[in-house]
Amino acid sequence: MMDLLNSMPLWLLVVIKSAFVLFVVVTTFAYAMLFERKVMAWMQLRPGPDRVGPWGLLQPAADAAKMMFKEDLTPSTADPVIYKFAPWLSLATAMATFAVIPFSESSAGLWSIGNVNAGILFIFALTSIGVYGISLAGWSSGSKYPLLGAVRSTAQMISYELAMTMSVVGVLILAATTSLSGIVHAQGPGRFWFVVPQFAGFIIYIITAVAETNRAPFDLVEAETELVGGFHTEYSGLRFGLFFIAEYLNMITVACIGTLLFFGGWNSLFGLDFIPGIVWFLLKAGLFIFMYIWLRTTLPRLRYDRLMDFGWKVLLPVATLNLMVTAAIIAWRG
Amino acid sequence: MGGFFAGILALVQGFMTTFSFFFKKSPTIAYPSIKKQHAPRFHGLHELRRYDDGKERCIGCELCAIACPANAITVIGAENTPEDRRSPGERYAARYEIDELRCIFCGLCEEACPTDAIVLTPRFEMSDYRRGSFIYAKDRLLVPPEAGVGTAPDERPNGIPSDLGAVIERKSTTEIEGGYDATWRGTLLKTDRKGLAG
Repeated sequence: MMDLLNSMPLWLLVVIKSAFVLFVVVTTFAYAMLFERKVMAWMQLRPGPDRVGPWGLLQPAADAAKMMFKEDLTPSTADPVIYKFAPWLSLATAMATFAVIPFSESSAGLWSIGNVNAGILFIFALTSIGVYGISLAGWSSGSKYPLLGAVRSTAQMISYELAMTMSVVGVLILAATTSLSGIVHAQGPGRFWFVVPQFAGFIIYIITAVAETNRAPFDLVEAETELVGGFHTEYSGLRFGLFFIAEYLNMITVACIGTLLFFGGWNSLFGLDFIPGIVWFLLKAGLFIFMYIWLRTTLPRLRYDRLMDFGWKVLLPVATLNLMVTAAIIAWRG
Repeated sequence: MGGFFAGILALVQGFMTTFSFFFKKSPTIAYPSIKKQHAPRFHGLHELRRYDDGKERCIGCELCAIACPANAITVIGAENTPEDRRSPGERYAARYEIDELRCIFCGLCEEACPTDAIVLTPRFEMSDYRRGSFIYAKDRLLVPPEAGVGTAPDERPNGIPSDLGAVIERKSTTEIEGGYDATWRGTLLKTDRKGLAG
């Protein structure tokens, strides 16, 4: 198997791995959606979707079929080119982040598409571009509520991305590398996962990650009660579906990054080394996703001014302080 | 600072609440596939009972129609003849129709009936797309001879399942294609039998 992989030309290997990761990620998206609906339903004493297939397991397929056959509307006031381009931008940036995520230990680079040295920076760069998808969608719709949603999205993403980056820099200082697999190695066997020395950073990361992915309680961008559907009000059919996929892929991405940065990636717990690293990784990422759903069922949406207050007056100072203390300790210990 | 810790405590309590609900059993009943058991005296669709010898209990006295607060019942009685004896008494109901759209399922007809002929069964699934089909005439109200005599409310055991037998499956022979107004009761209402015209 390894010989076969090593004898392949690099481009073919990358194409095969990309196709495989894309397939797995999109399937994960479909079932993350079902998982979310089920978990939310159970927390609200409902059975959840259970009509399509056993336990509703074919629900994602039914949803996809519905989305595809719906009419794809473009409002007459919309800018047609940008309007049609925006969802693809969202989806492309959301998918591209998976190119650098290492899913398990791999000396030969088997478990990641590209093991980039500056992986974490690449991901932050991509998520910044992802904001454009939402902003352009809201702006090009030529309608009031999407525009309001887009403006909110821009402000929210910028203010929370600052605190998020600050919280991650603490981890980078501890690991002394920006390579994602390097960060996982720094939490390797016999060492603390970074959630212990960087607990404040971890808390800030999970809060800002929810805000970055526009999920409840920070889903001001698509606040149904105020903005109809927010930035995607005018979208229908497949294009709306693309935004939907992008949102869930972003959620999976931040879950994967949270696992890599704070929970030791594929490192095993309690010395259970016989369980493969990929299983550990998926288990931890799954817990992250469960936590997001738990958040959504528990907390109501923040008011917009409080969201801004919280981001600038609480999260950013705390993240900066955390960074400074971490840097000081590292410098003091030499 | 006290407010800060109180806030954290409130958050933790909230998360624990949702998490504890995660393990509770959902009270949902998946209705069409699983049917709830309801009270033994649930007021549902009507039924006209028979005596043990197969004769109709109804004697066409119209007391149910008079007792009905919604004016949903129409009875027209006729004399029994020695050749065609439908009920043990002198008279029987030549026509007996209940407009289930007007009916409020109060059960006063059941209480008014001197022969326990009209009773309310626990059946409740009678939806249809056509208004006319909600006028139940004798063809659907009267217990068919092969189904026995019908059950009096105080004879029913506790916890009767709601899908009680095949009587409701009988197709109406009432002409309903012309809509509500074309039914016998619809025209009757127009001719002001009880001052209901208009």
